[in-house]
Amino acid sequence: MADILNISKLTITPKNAINRLLVNNVSLTLSAGKTTCIVGESGSGKSLTALSVMGLLSSQLQAQGSILFQGQELTKLDNKALQSIRGAKIGMIFQEPMTSLNPVLTVGYQIGESLTAHLGLKGAALQAKVAALLEQVGIPPERANSYPDELSGGQRQRVMIAMSIACEPLLLIADEPTTALDVTVQAQILKLLDALKTRMNMAMLFITHDFGVVADIADDVIVMFRGEIVETGTKHEVLTNPQHPYTKALLACVPDAEGKKQLKPITYDWLNEDQKKDKVAA
Amino acid sequence: MSQASVDSIILQANNLVKSYSQRSGKFGFGSTQVKALDDVSIRLKAGSTLAVVGESGSGKSTLARCLLQLHPFDSGEVIFEGKDLAKLDAQSLRGMRKHLQMVFQDPFASLNPRMKVGEIVTEGLLIHGLGTAAEQQENVLQMLTRVGLNADDAQKYPHQFSGGQRQRIGIARALVLKPKVVVCDEPVSALDVSVQAQILLLLKALQVEMGLSYIFISHDLRVVRHVADDIVVMHKGKIVEQGAVEAIYNAPQQAYTQQLLSAIPGRKAA
Repeated sequence: MADILNISKLTITPKNAINRLLVNNVSLTLSAGKTTCIVGESGSGKSLTALSVMGLLSSQLQAQGSILFQGQELTKLDNKALQSIRGAKIGMIFQEPMTSLNPVLTVGYQIGESLTAHLGLKGAALQAKVAALLEQVGIPPERANSYPDELSGGQRQRVMIAMSIACEPLLLIADEPTTALDVTVQAQILKLLDALKTRMNMAMLFITHDFGVVADIADDVIVMFRGEIVETGTKHEVLTNPQHPYTKALLACVPDAEGKKQLKPITYDWLNEDQKKDKVAA
Repeated sequence: MSQASVDSIILQANNLVKSYSQRSGKFGFGSTQVKALDDVSIRLKAGSTLAVVGESGSGKSTLARCLLQLHPFDSGEVIFEGKDLAKLDAQSLRGMRKHLQMVFQDPFASLNPRMKVGEIVTEGLLIHGLGTAAEQQENVLQMLTRVGLNADDAQKYPHQFSGGQRQRIGIARALVLKPKVVVCDEPVSALDVSVQAQILLLLKALQVEMGLSYIFISHDLRVVRHVADDIVVMHKGKIVEQGAVEAIYNAPQQAYTQQLLSAIPGRKAA
């Protein structure tokens, strides 16, 4: 299977505190047609890892290591070269559909922007493509003339998805795309993303904190804890036979829909005393 | 209905109606009535947890606030220990409030950043004039320790704590008054799953120790399955289904409940 993205030994630190490893020695490979979920709690470094792929890290942070996209070293590219990849070959979806859309532009215009920028589409051809994209994500094409505030949260996230897949990217990065949505809407969006991934044979990097979502959408799973990858494997391996104590503990605090499980708080037994200090009593 | 089962209902709402007027039409010149609560009746059994579930806009938070008389409602009654709260005058209602407390969703927005934790937790005792200054201090320290904080945390400010610790402060503030009913409005939604488990276990332990009755507002059906005895499913201001938690999860009768339950992530796989 074709490797789309290779991250190796990625380390992210604040520029003014290079000993604080926000992301520590992270390596991962994404292949076409597969969904890889990065799971972790707040501060685990899952979003930073995703942002660094797109070259969108805050200027206060610095990244070391290699990010190979189709054999091309992204960390060496200047902003202009990155821009030609971002939105074209790499699509992205963020958590908050309201804050990610511009409230004074119609959604059709916003979907069209990247088509014009990357593919040079204009006029009727552009209109037709936008309509087709809206249809693909389950929104009536005439909504192209609507403004974001006229749409529901789920519809806005569908618009974000339409924007992200407009140029048929090879890699789709989704950072908690369903966290702000109601469960029934979440279920629809997950289904849609999964279908698009299969149809377009994209690699998908899906960031989430929710093991339920992982069970629904992942092929492979990466568990992060305090900036490090503590476990990787297929969905089945990680969910049914976790190896690392953190993965086991994390799975033990997720309530199940059957209510059979006895919830257990994490004790962090495997950490040494120094490491424990900044983690006690959350 | 037998006398015993009437006695065991600690809080009851009958036929609550609450409507908002919402701007609509061009430039918001028009207005439409939105029913946030449409003939809602619930009963909370003493010592149990009643979960109110629903998606955004279902009216679950409005219900919580109406129960505690934080929002006025159009019609209906809320009966706590045989008294209709809506009919009480301001002073008697204030006296009642120590029995009815609330834990809020956002541990960042619900604590006054300019007050020390000790002051935040003591405030309710001061307002209700419970105990001497020394007793109050003693109570507050005991409560802080009970929720998993230290005695010297009383001297710190909210910003010095993590989300989970702040939620513990919010719980201490509510429980120091030894209330009978606690309304928890999405108390763990803003927390990481490992912290969420700690807070859920803490709430459960305190319920047993202090004989509390909980109204637990949540959109997370997995959490609800773990904490609730009974559940009320709300949709667009109406109750679509209610009953014992096992009954509803195992055999939901209404299409909306079935839809909600089948949308729980991770149900089909793994």
